Amino acid sequence: MKKNKFINKIHISQPLVLDSGKMLKFYDIAFETFGKLNKKKTNAILVCHALTGDQFCTGKNPITKKKAWWNTLIGPGKVIDTNNFFVICSNVLGGCMGTTGPESINPNTKKPFGLDFPVITINDMVKVQNKLVESLGIEKLFSVIGGSMGGMQALEWASSFGNKIHSVIPIATSYRHSAQNIAFHEIGRQAIMADINWHKGDYYKKKTNPKRGLAVARMIAHITYLSESALQRKFGRNLQNSELFSFEFGTEFQIESYLKHQGISFVERFDANSYLYITKAMDYFDLSLKGGGLTKAFMSKDLTFCFLTFSSDWLFPTSESKTIIKFLNPSNTKVSFAEILTDKGHDAFLLDEPNFHTTLRSFINGQINKLKL
Amino acid sequence: MTKILRNDLQIISSMIKQNEKVLDVGCGNGNLIEFLSKNKNVDCKGVEIELSNMNICLKKGLSVVQGDANYDLNDFSDNSFSTVILSQTIQATIFPERVIKNLIRIGKRAIISFPNFGYWRIRKDFFFNGRMPKNDILPFEWFNTPNIHLCSVDDFVKFCKKLKITINYQILLNKDGKKVFFNKFMGNLLSYQAIFCVSKK
Repeated sequence: MKKNKFINKIHISQPLVLDSGKMLKFYDIAFETFGKLNKKKTNAILVCHALTGDQFCTGKNPITKKKAWWNTLIGPGKVIDTNNFFVICSNVLGGCMGTTGPESINPNTKKPFGLDFPVITINDMVKVQNKLVESLGIEKLFSVIGGSMGGMQALEWASSFGNKIHSVIPIATSYRHSAQNIAFHEIGRQAIMADINWHKGDYYKKKTNPKRGLAVARMIAHITYLSESALQRKFGRNLQNSELFSFEFGTEFQIESYLKHQGISFVERFDANSYLYITKAMDYFDLSLKGGGLTKAFMSKDLTFCFLTFSSDWLFPTSESKTIIKFLNPSNTKVSFAEILTDKGHDAFLLDEPNFHTTLRSFINGQINKLKL
Repeated sequence: MTKILRNDLQIISSMIKQNEKVLDVGCGNGNLIEFLSKNKNVDCKGVEIELSNMNICLKKGLSVVQGDANYDLNDFSDNSFSTVILSQTIQATIFPERVIKNLIRIGKRAIISFPNFGYWRIRKDFFFNGRMPKNDILPFEWFNTPNIHLCSVDDFVKFCKKLKITINYQILLNKDGKKVFFNKFMGNLLSYQAIFCVSKK
């Protein structure tokens, strides 16, 4: 895949000390911006992508040639209106869309890192984003927004750099990864590592790729993104090509075909080792482990939160956000929260979900007026 | 600010001092907390169940969490607000006792307003027509009303006594939303709405 010509990046030559204690001597941050930064630099929104997302959050993804993952939400005249806002979105540390990750060249060996890449955390990703925001000369972000792992980053921003942001919009997320979430991730990682083409992560030069394992990981994960009723509604027990059972093990049910398609199209654009590293970062995430627990995790008084959840999301259920809100209630932070009724599961945050968009638009407009933007 | 608040809300807002910290449970479209935060520098939060109302509040830049007074007040810690307001909502709660106990736990005081079901016209409607009473603030039919726990002023006073809740003061309003002053019996008969300021013993 020739992706380099589409990737804008900055090179940071200062070392980055990671939560693990290890260090990256230097690193790249691949990013995209949309809209114009105003003179006072007050209209910047940082968009944080989820596990398999990238910096191409609106318009057409130049590499996959498909619509960008948040094209429904971001763009001219849309909920996050790029006529008003300067939208920044960067590929996360450990990713495979240009930011330094396991497929980048290890300066010590001049070969791809593979498993020599240090294990990273959500906090490490956020430190890198902060470098990018600093390099763009922005002192205070209008908002940090993200869903799922993007929401984790938004919460980490609120916790680590609360004084550098006005508002935080964590969507379908949590302050920690639950046992069930870790369990699903581990199955995905095991599927990758069980693939004979994985070669302990050192597959880059071998011209093989653990595609089977990564596809299975994606298939499992995809089930967790949907609700039971959405699966039933979309696919039911329908067969793909015939009205009769074939009594064979080929792809027969529509749901099988759909998952297979999800798996195959995913491996074309994603690096298996990145999947291992990023899922691990999510598993390690737990803001309650910070000194003082959740109560102390968000100290900045000026912060305005808007938590949004989806009623049928069983991967990041509403109760997770409510727990954070419970801890935020005694503080002086401004907290809003709404649960959107939908049967579309966790994936709803990526879909054209009218109630979600209306509520988010209401919040953003309210904050625009408040800041007289 | 030329927006006119509902009568009971005007009186409630006059009961709030500068720089208070207020929680409005069932804040609706946020008119009261918007008024308080703009005019009295009050730090306001709202709880609202309807998403359409939530959206109106968010557009106004207010802090509102979606929640149900019956179930979600446990998430607020003791004495975290100076005043907790419940206006025209208690009669629609499933668990009035639980809700009121939570209000006075969360706030140093609670302001509760409700329609007086002892109002003479309501008594008259029921007595002469034998039909479920309806009026401006109780506009629903018996089969679609959210108001499942209606009470009279007298009922509320006895309820507070039973739960050992201190009644700091009560304000009675006539049909035009004007304050009226009556003795206990006449108040229960002639007031259209009541506003109680209560706190824990």
